[in-house]
Amino acid sequence: MLRITEAVTTEVEKVVHEPWLLAHAWIIPALMALSFVLILFFGRRLPKRGAEIGIPAVVTAFVMSCVAVVQWVQHVDELVEGEGGGGEALRRLGRSLVASGGEGAISIRPITDSFTWWSNGLVKFDVGIQIDGLAVMMLFVVTLISMLVHIYSTAYMEHDERYTHFYAALSLFTASMLVLVIAENSLMLLSGWELVGLCSFMLIGHWWEEKPNTNAALKAFLTTRTGDIGLLLGVIVTFFAAGRTFNLIEINEAALAGKGGHTVWLIGASLLLMGIIGKSGQFPLHTWLPDAMAGPTPVSALIHAATMVVAGVYLGARMYGVFWQGFSIADGGMNAMAIIGAITIIVGACLAFVQDDIKKVLAYSTISQLGYMVLGLGVGAWVGAIFHLFTHAFFKALLFLGAGSISHSGSHHSFDMKKDMGGLRKFMPVTFVTFMIGSLALAGIAPLAGFWSKDEILATAGQSGFHFFQIVGIVGAVLTAAYMTRCVYLTFFGEYRGHGHPHESPKAITVPLIVLAVFSVFSGFANASVLGIEKFVEYVEPRIAFPPVIVPEFETTLAAVSVMVVLASIGVASALWFRKEELGPLRGLTQRNAAARAGYTFLANKYYLDDLYTDGVVAGVKGPLARATYWFNQNVIDAVPNGLGRIVPALGRGLYTHVDQGTVDAAYNGLAKETGQAGGLLRRLQSGQVQRYALLIVFAVAIFSIALMLAR
Amino acid sequence: MVAQNVAFGILALAMVLAAIGVVRTHNVVHAALYLVVVLAGAAAQYILLAAEFVAWVQVLIYIGAVVILFLFGIMLTRAPMGDLEGLDNRQRLPAVVATLALIGTLTALIVDAFATQEIVLEAPTPTADIATQVFKVYVVPFEAVSILLLAALVGAIVLARRD
Amino acid sequence: MLLNQFLILAAILFGIGMYGVLVRRNGVLVLMSVELMLNAVNLNLIAFSARLQETSGQVFSLFVITIAAAEVGVGLAIILLLFRNFRSPDLDEVHQMKG
Repeated sequence: MLRITEAVTTEVEKVVHEPWLLAHAWIIPALMALSFVLILFFGRRLPKRGAEIGIPAVVTAFVMSCVAVVQWVQHVDELVEGEGGGGEALRRLGRSLVASGGEGAISIRPITDSFTWWSNGLVKFDVGIQIDGLAVMMLFVVTLISMLVHIYSTAYMEHDERYTHFYAALSLFTASMLVLVIAENSLMLLSGWELVGLCSFMLIGHWWEEKPNTNAALKAFLTTRTGDIGLLLGVIVTFFAAGRTFNLIEINEAALAGKGGHTVWLIGASLLLMGIIGKSGQFPLHTWLPDAMAGPTPVSALIHAATMVVAGVYLGARMYGVFWQGFSIADGGMNAMAIIGAITIIVGACLAFVQDDIKKVLAYSTISQLGYMVLGLGVGAWVGAIFHLFTHAFFKALLFLGAGSISHSGSHHSFDMKKDMGGLRKFMPVTFVTFMIGSLALAGIAPLAGFWSKDEILATAGQSGFHFFQIVGIVGAVLTAAYMTRCVYLTFFGEYRGHGHPHESPKAITVPLIVLAVFSVFSGFANASVLGIEKFVEYVEPRIAFPPVIVPEFETTLAAVSVMVVLASIGVASALWFRKEELGPLRGLTQRNAAARAGYTFLANKYYLDDLYTDGVVAGVKGPLARATYWFNQNVIDAVPNGLGRIVPALGRGLYTHVDQGTVDAAYNGLAKETGQAGGLLRRLQSGQVQRYALLIVFAVAIFSIALMLAR
Repeated sequence: MVAQNVAFGILALAMVLAAIGVVRTHNVVHAALYLVVVLAGAAAQYILLAAEFVAWVQVLIYIGAVVILFLFGIMLTRAPMGDLEGLDNRQRLPAVVATLALIGTLTALIVDAFATQEIVLEAPTPTADIATQVFKVYVVPFEAVSILLLAALVGAIVLARRD
Repeated sequence: MLLNQFLILAAILFGIGMYGVLVRRNGVLVLMSVELMLNAVNLNLIAFSARLQETSGQVFSLFVITIAAAEVGVGLAIILLLFRNFRSPDLDEVHQMKG
């Protein structure tokens, strides 16, 4: 049975006490920004080189975020209960039921607070916050992961010479991400977006002494920038389409009302989608993510797994009304968002198979999972996508931090699985167990977190009629399980192939791993629909300016199928990999079989996408286009200056010889000569002889007096 | 009054000639002597103008002291005694021109301004009147001049002493 | 007696004195010429004093005489110094300030 939520129609003005922290939630990013500034100025001189500012700040931010979550939940409960009438049913569903004839819907406005920063008659720039369930959830996730990464980095980055700078950048990043998350209008969101992009650049290139790292940072920045073109244009289009407002709620309302026709929203949504593709690593702009692994592992965990890359998904979720309207998601057909999400899932998963670097495996896995989220948004599974964002943050961060732990203590600072890892389960038990938990969660084994969120997406897809995408999702799950098995095997099983002395990592590293593992296990229960717990639906899903999305029923069949398929995949993969002789009959397949080899090469070269971009796009621009532009510039545009450049010197020379030298200079020289001569003459007056002066005086007096006399 | 005019005429002529002698003679000592004539003539003119006290002061100080000073100066600076060419510098002609211009101007002015004013004198000015003026009305300038004299005295000694 | 005649006489004397100042090379002679000029001034003063029946003119001329005397004293001292430094009373030799 489908339960449909109606777009909220009646607004009940309720005067409800606004919780203080929610109304002043800007304190949380402000705190992190302050931490950034303090670390920047004072960090170096402190005994712990800045960590003693950063860690308390982020811990405070986390505590405040937890309080914010609690307050929001209470706030919603107050509003819902206050409305009375069908309390229990309303409580479960929280929206009107068309089919079941429920009461009028209540809208729960986000708690907003803004001021106009600048306005002229036509445009108004506001600065403000908008706190609702989505915002507090993101606050929680961002501050939690950031806090764990801060603690982790005390051990991981201990001997780094730019330790202080690292912590400053972490603080700045956290502040920017939080700004993005609580932004009330699209411009502020854009600002936060750009800031996190900058921090990403800074942190990827943290070890900029090596050229590949700076290249990676630049690649990340420029690729996301390409997507940002679309984002900026999208912001502008939605501004005009929504009747000259940047306010997100108003934009969504305008979109859902179809204000101004459908086409303008399609354009707006497509442009915004470009931004999402860039930032969230969707195909075809995903190429920067694997290279971003050049940055320190905590950075990869925080930014490129849990928080920044999901900014695109967050954007999609925030402005969902625009996408819903623009891509006609309600109609259930193919739409760009779902397609791109689906392609990304497969692309990412396939590429994860051929990586030797553990971080790259995880990077492609991230790409793939982001594809799930975008797919979820594309098929109308808003809750599913956001829920997956939530759970993914935990287990992906866990996996990355685990990889960091391995590199730190196991493989002697290497991430190469084939060369330097193997058999580490004996030496690093905590890392092993937590990594396994993370992998299982990622693969989607019940009852771990990933299962619940992925299932939500798949169920929605199926129930909305997007069967094709459902199948794609399941295939993706299969592939995920397989490549993670490979990764786990290469890292933890077999014989140790490395050169270091593997041992377990220090507490600062393992404790965050354990915390994240716990979350990976239990966070799924926040919205385990089969158990009747739907916290996300109740509290996170927006109740205002939100399209009528489907909240799927839990389909036991689907769940069972997906789990079984995943288990089967693991089984097959294990069977292939865990044998005495790896891969068994498949060993050396790529050498023997040309087709297989071709396939491998294709994958190993990342579908030649990078080459396409570098040689095709960039070189195409650099080469012919640049040359043509240059020719045009030199011969056409520069014709005038060049012509002038020929005429003017000739003119100048003429002027010089005749006018300047001949006339003007002659005058000057003459004048100078005359002055000199006059000076010579006059010099005789200065004879030094007093009587001579006296004579002059007398002469002057005589002349003067004669003149005076005559004047009478 | 004719006698006075005649007296004046003779004196004036003598003075002018002597003055020209001062500036034209080639002998330095002669110049000093010519100067004495001029000064004496001036004193006589003062008497004609009923300024007896001033006339005697003039004789006393100018002829009595200043000229002696000049003679000492001539002696000390080894001014050549005897004729000497080259006692004038090279700007004679311009100086003549300037002088004549000046005299001409002044004369024209004087004639123009004081054409027919006459001097009528009854009796010589009583010295008591001068005394009253000096010690009552102009007592401050009097004292100042005293100090000036003192300064000049000291200054001259300081300047000229050998050390 | 006309006032004019005294004034014109004074003017002539003044002019001659000026000529002497400008022309004479010997410093002492220059000082003498200055005396001529001062006397001309005195004559002027006395003449006016007689004309206006004021004694202040005569008082003035007394002062002038006094100051002239002081000036001659100092002037000769300077000439002496010049003579000592330049070995000659010739004022033409004194052109240290030649531009």
